[in-house]
Amino acid sequence: MKVGFLHSLIRKDEKFLIDEFNKHKEVELIMIDDRDLTFNLGRDHFGFDVVIERSINHSRALHSINLYENNGVKCVNSSKVATICGDKLLTSAALAKNKVPQPEVRIAFTEESAIKAIEEMGYPVVLKPAVGSWGRLLAKINDRDAAEALLEHKAVLGSYHHSIFYIQKYVEKNGRDIRSFVVGNRCIAAIYRESPHWITNTARGGKAVNCPVTDEINEISVRAANAVGGGVVAIDLFETNQGLMVNEVNYTMEFKNSVHTTGVDIPKLIVDYVLKVANGES
Amino acid sequence: MKTAECPVCGASVEIPEGTMENELITCPECGAELEVISLDPPQLEEAPQEEEDWGE
Repeated sequence: MKVGFLHSLIRKDEKFLIDEFNKHKEVELIMIDDRDLTFNLGRDHFGFDVVIERSINHSRALHSINLYENNGVKCVNSSKVATICGDKLLTSAALAKNKVPQPEVRIAFTEESAIKAIEEMGYPVVLKPAVGSWGRLLAKINDRDAAEALLEHKAVLGSYHHSIFYIQKYVEKNGRDIRSFVVGNRCIAAIYRESPHWITNTARGGKAVNCPVTDEINEISVRAANAVGGGVVAIDLFETNQGLMVNEVNYTMEFKNSVHTTGVDIPKLIVDYVLKVANGES
Repeated sequence: MKTAECPVCGASVEIPEGTMENELITCPECGAELEVISLDPPQLEEAPQEEEDWGE
């Protein structure tokens, strides 16, 4: 079985996965560095049974998966999942369409309409770039002065992407949120991400602590995963008085800090799933 | 164990057994994040800087 491993840098997450693939004697693992990759449209013939996508760049991942799929290659995750999860606007739209609970989200395209939306929502709100990760450029807005300043700065200094205003009602997290991991149709593990800062990403210093997977966590996580197209995804959840809500869904999930923390062999479960996809079993 | 020169501080950095090309390692002297660009001969480069669309 030929498995393409699309990557750029090899981080601990990728190393875990590669070590796991190498335990399977039937697997020929072919490394594909996206920095060396070229596509010859209409003339490419790939011999892969499946491609697992582990690029750090969303744009490279998305386009590569699309081009592989156009050639009949199955990918984990699929281009549908990458398209939706790579864009918070599309993710929230998919969650809303499937009635998966999430904080209030409004979208606006001008500074004036964004201010109007924010005032209607009430402060504080969080302004997020639709494309972005690791907590970069998130802005908590506590009052109108800050809203006006921030919107102007984004409109003037940012590319057009930054004038697609994604506005989320701020949720008080009381120092933690939940990151759950879904593989196929099951939530396999979860962690609390604890931080005194309102941004709890582990990339920003949030501490990972094991979180037992309750029925409620499993249900909302799987529903969120299915809303974006399934596969291997990580869900960020808020604990609120109205129950759990989905904040974000990530499609090239990082798990290196969660294997030891949860005691769950996350890379093994991912690799098993990828091989099932290759065999047409999932 | 193989070693390579840190391109940032010039220190001799050990390349652990089982290291792969493109793997990230940290220079123990200066803390720079480095990419293993070749194993034979062992060569290190400064890891690429974070870009706008990097992430999960």
